[in-house]
Amino acid sequence: MHFALLIYESAETFAKRKNDDNDPYLGAWRAYFKALKEAGIYVAGDALEVPETGTTVRLKEGKRRVQDGPFADTKEQLAGLIVLEVPSVDAALGWAARCPAASAGAVEVRPLAPEAKWRVGG
Amino acid sequence: MNGSNHEDIHRAVERTARESYGRLVAYLSSHTHDLAGAEDALGEALVTALRTWPRDGVPQNPEGWLLTTARRSFIDRARHQRVALASEPALLFLGEDSKEEPSSMEFPDERLKLLFVCAHPAIDPAMHTPLMLQTVLGLDAARISHAFLVSPATMGQRLVRAKTKIRDGGIQFEVPEESELPKRLDAVLEAIYAAFGIGWDDIAGIDQRGRDLAEEAIWLARVLLQLMPGEAEVLGLLALMLYCESRRPARRAPDGRYVPLSEQDPRQWLTPLIEEAEGHLARASKQGRAGRFQLEAAIQSIHAERAHSGRTEWAAIVLFYQQLIRILPTLGTRTGYAAALAEEKGPSAGLAALDGIELASVSNYQPYWAVRAHLLQRLEKLAAALEAFDRAIGLAEDPAVRQFLLEKRG
Repeated sequence: MHFALLIYESAETFAKRKNDDNDPYLGAWRAYFKALKEAGIYVAGDALEVPETGTTVRLKEGKRRVQDGPFADTKEQLAGLIVLEVPSVDAALGWAARCPAASAGAVEVRPLAPEAKWRVGG
Repeated sequence: MNGSNHEDIHRAVERTARESYGRLVAYLSSHTHDLAGAEDALGEALVTALRTWPRDGVPQNPEGWLLTTARRSFIDRARHQRVALASEPALLFLGEDSKEEPSSMEFPDERLKLLFVCAHPAIDPAMHTPLMLQTVLGLDAARISHAFLVSPATMGQRLVRAKTKIRDGGIQFEVPEESELPKRLDAVLEAIYAAFGIGWDDIAGIDQRGRDLAEEAIWLARVLLQLMPGEAEVLGLLALMLYCESRRPARRAPDGRYVPLSEQDPRQWLTPLIEEAEGHLARASKQGRAGRFQLEAAIQSIHAERAHSGRTEWAAIVLFYQQLIRILPTLGTRTGYAAALAEEKGPSAGLAALDGIELASVSNYQPYWAVRAHLLQRLEKLAAALEAFDRAIGLAEDPAVRQFLLEKRG
């Protein structure tokens, strides 16, 4: 099964990305990625730029509404996502617990919905 | 009624619940086979106690009061739902609505049967521990779900399914026959140990599953020992957990940093727990039937001796590991053996032992990589050590262990 790990981080944690390669949080992430790849379960993933770089678009009564920043203003913001192929949600939760963001922020585990893609895709 | 009185009552209910929960659930379900029904009935009785005890005072015999009240609630529910209760004995049992509240001495302790039911071969092994925690100790599904890293809703559903299987699957509430006993007892011991959640902690940077249920596991082992006094492996399991638990205060520095066993200050170990463990292990060894838990406890007892001698007898630890691997060749024991061998005969010997483990089996096994990293570093094979450190760091869950390994990695 495919599961997405949705990574949530605080502003302070986002800021660590600017540190040099010796930053322990960055080191933990490098090691985590390596472990995912060596376990043969990594499918895809990427980090997102800081929330302030986001722009949110809505159409209200036919009119465009554009807002600076992320969709929701919460303490922890979506920082990236990783797609894993693992046998069960239990395995996905185990990998989420090992994610460095689990102790610094939060990690949501959500199954991908391939059938939805099949129904709307070409 | 003043506030403190109310708190006293609350505490009285809690104390009775803690001490009696398993006994009452075991007794109520042993005849009906309906664990969920027994728990619900007892839950209602506890709610009633919280309501009526402040008004009427705590009964002389709180446990008997709870049993009588729970039994009535069980009957009411059965009538209300028009549930055909499983069997005639169940009806007879529930019908025995005595006017007298039975004292705790008057109703038999069926918890041993309940423990064997929870770890029955027909039940998914992954559910043995959660079932015990819920039915014997009264832990709720949410608390159990944290420890086992599943969602609370999922844990709730799995517990319900397991209880339905016990009720409808003809699983007998009985202590297994002599011929079957060792194997069935192993399953009970395994389930208790799984709640404890800490494997061995011989060497630097081993990630331990943070189940946070050590106290509950020790409680369960004490219950089991009370029910099977003198059973060597029960003594061994309790001793093993007490040795590990004795090191809890030394496992973290004041600033929260992880301190591996070899760097722990033995003065911080909890001596009363070590002494108790030594007593259990000595009693077990008199029976001359070595087993997995006694051997693991023996390894920990050698580590504990450092408090007196100031040094660790690695040769003795290696010998115990050799015996342990013969009966339990798991990744954990083989990795532990390699780590001990490295201390006795040098890092090359330890590394050779690690190389004997199939690589495919360790891709997710953090302790293997932590030990490997440590040994490669001692052998100054630095590039390979960095690789191994990365695997150990990437597989670690505990942030303190991760931090420790990051610093060792350099």
